[in-house]
Amino acid sequence: MSIAGDNDRKIEKYRRMQRIRQFEAKAEAIHAQGEIPGALHTYAGMEASGVGACMALRDDDYMVGNHRSHGHPIAKGAALRPLMAELLGKATGVCRGKGGSMHLSDFAMGSLGETSIVGSGAPVAAGAALGAKLQGLDRVALCFFGDGASSEGAVHEGMNLAAVWKLPAIFVCENNRFGMSTPTAHAVAGENVADRARGYGIPGVIVDGQDVDAVEDAVREAVDRARAGLGPTLIETKTYRYGDHAVNMGRELTPRGPEHDEWLGRDPITLYRARLEAAGVSAADLDAIDKAVAGEVADALSFARESAYPEFEEAFDHVLVERLPIPDDVRAHA
Amino acid sequence: MAKATYLDAIRQAQMEEMQRDERVFMMGEDIRCNVFGTTTGFVDLFGEERVRDTPISENGFIGAAGGAAMVGMRPIVDATISSFLFPAMDQICSIIAKSRYIYGGQARLPLVLRSCLFYGNSNAAQHSDRPYSMFMNMPGLKIIAPSNAYDMKGLLKGAVRDDNPVLSFEDSTCWMNKSELPDDPDFVIPLGKGDIKREGTDISVIGVAGGVNVALRAAEQLAREGISIEVVDPRTLAPLDRDLILQSVRKTGRAICVDPAHMTCSAASEISATIVEHAFHALRAPVVRVTTPDTHLPFSPHIEKPLYPSVERIVDAARRLVGAVAPVPA
Repeated sequence: MSIAGDNDRKIEKYRRMQRIRQFEAKAEAIHAQGEIPGALHTYAGMEASGVGACMALRDDDYMVGNHRSHGHPIAKGAALRPLMAELLGKATGVCRGKGGSMHLSDFAMGSLGETSIVGSGAPVAAGAALGAKLQGLDRVALCFFGDGASSEGAVHEGMNLAAVWKLPAIFVCENNRFGMSTPTAHAVAGENVADRARGYGIPGVIVDGQDVDAVEDAVREAVDRARAGLGPTLIETKTYRYGDHAVNMGRELTPRGPEHDEWLGRDPITLYRARLEAAGVSAADLDAIDKAVAGEVADALSFARESAYPEFEEAFDHVLVERLPIPDDVRAHA
Repeated sequence: MAKATYLDAIRQAQMEEMQRDERVFMMGEDIRCNVFGTTTGFVDLFGEERVRDTPISENGFIGAAGGAAMVGMRPIVDATISSFLFPAMDQICSIIAKSRYIYGGQARLPLVLRSCLFYGNSNAAQHSDRPYSMFMNMPGLKIIAPSNAYDMKGLLKGAVRDDNPVLSFEDSTCWMNKSELPDDPDFVIPLGKGDIKREGTDISVIGVAGGVNVALRAAEQLAREGISIEVVDPRTLAPLDRDLILQSVRKTGRAICVDPAHMTCSAASEISATIVEHAFHALRAPVVRVTTPDTHLPFSPHIEKPLYPSVERIVDAARRLVGAVAPVPA
C-alpha cells in the first residue's frame, strides 16, 4: 500500500470500522447457532461513532462504555482474540469468561469497564478524570452512553460533578434512535441530548455519527479542551443501530419507521470507503483491508474455539483481591 | 498513647493515612466545614484538592470514588449518614462491588466508604438506618463496624490500606466513648479478625457495633447474678470471623446475638445461622437474637428508645437461657 501520513490515520479508521462490522457479523452468526451464551448486543451501524471518538484519544486515555460493548474496545485498538474468547465464555477471554457480551473491557487499552447498568459509567468516568487530575497526568476520560441512558440520574450526576470540578472528561452520547424498543422522542425531553450541556455551562456539540472524520474532529476538540484544564464537553453523535436491541431474540422489538432505509443508505463504512476512494485510495487496497480483517476475525474465532473454559475455581477469584474459600458442598457438585 | 474519642479516632486514622500516602484523598458533603469533627484542620494540612466538598450527589461522587480508585487513587468517601448510601446503591452494588469480578481481575478498587449509624436520637426513619446487613449480602465488599475508639482507629487505617472496597459503619452511640489510642503510625487492626471483649463461661453474647457496649453493660449486671457472659465482637462483618464466634459458642453452649439492625436478615440472623449450622451439637439452648423489631424508627423518643437492643432485653434473654429467674428486689 502506498499511502502515507494523514492517509494512514484514515486507513486505520476504515480498518477499525471494518473490524467492528465483521466481528459483529461473525458473532451474530454463531450466536444464532447457540455458540455464544446469553444476550448479544451488536454495534453494527454505529462504527463511526466509536472509532471516530477513540481515534481522538491516546492509548493511555481512559474510556468507559456500556452494555453495547463490542465496538468500543475494537475502536480503541484492542486485540480481537480475547474479545471473541470472552463472548464464548472462555478462560482466555478479556474478562476471563466472567463478563461476556455486555462487558468487553480491555484495561490494557485504557478501558475502565463497559458497564451494563444503563448510565452507570458516567460517575466512573468523572472519577477517573479526577484521578488523572490529582495525579498530575494529562490523561482524559471518555464516557460512551446511549440516548436511553441520558434519562438516568447517574449521567446527570457524573456530568455535573465533572463540570463543577472542571475535570478532563468527555461525555459522548451515542444517540442510536432507540432505548431498547422505545424511540428516543418518547423518552428524552427536548430535541437533543447535547442541548443539556448548557445547563452545566459546558460545550454541547451535535455531530453526524455516521461520519467518522466529523466525530473524530469533534472529540479531538473536546480532548484538547479537557487536557488544557477547561473541563468537560458533551457530544451527541446522531447514529443508528442496525440490529435489534439484542440480536436473535426471535422477534424484532425495535419499531422501524420509514427513516430506516434512509439510515441504511448512510452506512458509515460505505460512506467512508467512498470518501477514501475519492481521495485516491484504490479499491483494491480497501478490498485487501476487508480481506485481512476477515482473516483477523476468523483467527479470533479459532482462538476462542480452541481455548478452554475457565476452571471452576475462577468463579471465586476477583470477588476480593484475596481468593474466596469454596464451600465443600458446592465444590462436590461442581 | 493518649485517651481519645471514637470520633477523634476517625480523625487520627484519616490524618495519619493521608500523611503516609498521597494517593489517599477525601471527599464528601460538607467535609471542609467538619460537621462531626473528623476532619479538623484537614484543609490546612492537605489542601482543597485532597479534601473535597462534593455536590449533594451520592451516586455521582461515590461512583467517582470508584473511578478514581480504578486509576490508582485511594479515596476515603465520607457519606455522613448511612441512610444516604441508598441513592448510591447503583454505584456501590453494580460498579464498586462488581468491577473487579466482572472484568476478570483487571480492576482494583481500593476505597473506603464511611458513614455513620445515626440512630437513637429522634432523627426519624429516614435518617436512622443501620443498613450494613444489606451490604453483607453483596459479595465484593468488606464491612467494618467498630464498637470502640481503639478498634475504630485500627480498623479504619486497615481499611485505607486494604486493596478492596471497604464500607465503614460508624455507630453514633459510640462517638463519645474513649479509648487509649496508640500513636504508632503503623497501628493497624487487620480486617476480618474479631475480638473477645469480655471472657465468660455461661453464654456467648455476640454484639454488632454499638450492640457490643450494650452487651458489656448487661454482662456486668448478669455477673452480679452469677451468670458469666462472654462478649464477642466480630468488628468486621464481611469477612465475618466465624471461627472466633464458633469457638466461643462451643465453649459456652449458649448464644445471644445483639444487633441494632432490624431483625430480619440482620447481621444477628447471619451469626445465628452460622452457629446453628456449625455448632449445633454444642448448643444447650436455642440461639436468641436481640435486635430492633421490623418496624420503622419513629421520631418521638418515648416510642423510639424501647425499640433498640437494651441491657434489660439482653438480661431477660440470658436468664431464660440458663433457666434463672429474676432476683426478687430486696
